[in-house]
Amino acid sequence: MRDLVTTAGQTVGPFFHYALPYDGGPHLVPPGSAGAIRLAGTVYDGAGAPVPDAMLEIRQADAAGRVPVVEGSLRRDGVFTGWGRAATDAVGRYAFTTVAPAPTRPGVAAYFAVTLFARGLLDRLFTRIYLPGPELSDDPFLRSLPDDRRRTLVAERDVDGNLRLDLRLQGEQETVFLAFPRHRDR
Amino acid sequence: MAMTATTPPLASQASISEEIERIQHETKPGQTSTRLDFSPYRSTLLRHPVKELRTLDPEEVELYAPVFGHSDVDPTEADLTLHPGGEPIGERMVVTGRVVDGDGRPVRRQLVELWQANAAGRYVHKRDDHPAPLDPHFHGAGRCLTDDDGWYRFTTIKPGPYPWRNHHNAWRPAHLHFSLFGREFTQRLVTQMYFPGDPLLALDPIYQAITEQAARDRLVAAYDHDTSQHEWATGYRWDVVLTGAHATPLEREDSDA
Ligand SMILES: [Fe+3]
Repeated sequence: MRDLVTTAGQTVGPFFHYALPYDGGPHLVPPGSAGAIRLAGTVYDGAGAPVPDAMLEIRQADAAGRVPVVEGSLRRDGVFTGWGRAATDAVGRYAFTTVAPAPTRPGVAAYFAVTLFARGLLDRLFTRIYLPGPELSDDPFLRSLPDDRRRTLVAERDVDGNLRLDLRLQGEQETVFLAFPRHRDR
Repeated sequence: MAMTATTPPLASQASISEEIERIQHETKPGQTSTRLDFSPYRSTLLRHPVKELRTLDPEEVELYAPVFGHSDVDPTEADLTLHPGGEPIGERMVVTGRVVDGDGRPVRRQLVELWQANAAGRYVHKRDDHPAPLDPHFHGAGRCLTDDDGWYRFTTIKPGPYPWRNHHNAWRPAHLHFSLFGREFTQRLVTQMYFPGDPLLALDPIYQAITEQAARDRLVAAYDHDTSQHEWATGYRWDVVLTGAHATPLEREDSDA
C-alpha cells in the first residue's frame, strides 16, 4: 500500500434499512429455545428523544465463556455465532434474542461488546453492556469508572433473566463509549 | 414553506461552508478520523457524545470479528445489476479494491456490504421522498467476501446525487455506502465512497467532517482504466485501510488454522 492513512468512517445515514438489517439478524438463538433471553432497550439522543434510525451490533461469548469464531451469522442454521445485528424501531427500541454470555476468563465480568450506528452519528461508537452480578465489583475496567458512569454500562435483569439497558448518545447520563489503543495511531 | 416558532429557517450553503471552514481550522492537524461533533451536519447536534471516549485494551470478545463465509454470501450478491426483470438504468461500473488493516495486512474472506441510491438519486426506502423515479430493476444493495489477498469487487451502476434537508439547497455528492469488518471487532467500519472531481464534495458537511485533506482523499475512488471493461462498464478502484490490530500476527496465524 502507498500509505496507510486509516479510512475514516461516515454516517450510516437514514437509508440503511433495506440493506443492512436482515431476517434473523437479531436472533442469535431462536426465540423460545432453551436458555434464550432477550436483550433490549431504547436508544436516546441528547434531548431524551428516542432514536428511530440507529443500528446495533453485538458480539459475545457463549454461556461457557467461549467466543465462537464460526461462520453463519447471515444465514443462521442452528449454529451460535456470537454476533447479531438489530435496527431500532420507530420508537428507538432494539431487541436481541440470545444467551447470557459467561466471562471469558476469571476476574472479569461478562458483557456484550456493542457497536452503535445512527443517522446523525458520523462514525460508529463502541460500548459494552455488562450483565449484573457479583463479578462487577472485581472487574478492573468497571472499577476504573465513577459510579454514575459505570451505571450506564450495566443492564437490569428481570425474573425471567431478560436484560434491559438503554443507550444514551449524549447528555447527563451519556453511555460510556470506548476507544481502543490502535484507534489513536495518528 | 410553513415554519413553526421552534423551527429555525434553513441555513444557506454560504453559512454552512463558513462553519465548515471555521471548525476545520480549529481542529488540530493530524486527526484522520471523522469528527463526531460537527455542527454543519445538523443531525449531529444531539447525537454526538460530549464526554470523552474511554480508551481501554480490547478483551477476547473484541479481538475477534464475526466470521462470514460462503454459507452466508452468494457470489451473485456482488452484482447489483442482476435483476430478473431486466437491466437497471444508469452508467454500469465495476468498483474494486483491497481491504487491509492498519499494519498493511490483507483482510481475507471478510464481509463487505454496499448500498446506494439509483442513477436518479433515489433509494428503495420508504422514508426517501425525493421526487426522482424509482428504477424497477434496481434494488441497490449487495454483498461480497474479500478474497485471499483482501480484494473485493462489485458490479453496479453509478448513483446520482440527491437533495437532503440539512440546509437550503443541500445536495449529497454521489456516493456508495460501504460496511466493512476487519479481523477484530475493534476494526469495524461503516463509511461512504465518493467519485473523483465531484464539485459537491467541497460543499458536503458529511464528507467535510473529516478535517484532514489526506483522510478525505482516502474516501474518493480513482477512475481505473484497467478495471473498465470493453463495451461493458467503467471501472473504479477504491482501497480501504482499517485500524490496526491488537492481537499479534502470530496469534492470528494460529487462529487461522
Ligand atoms: Fe446516502
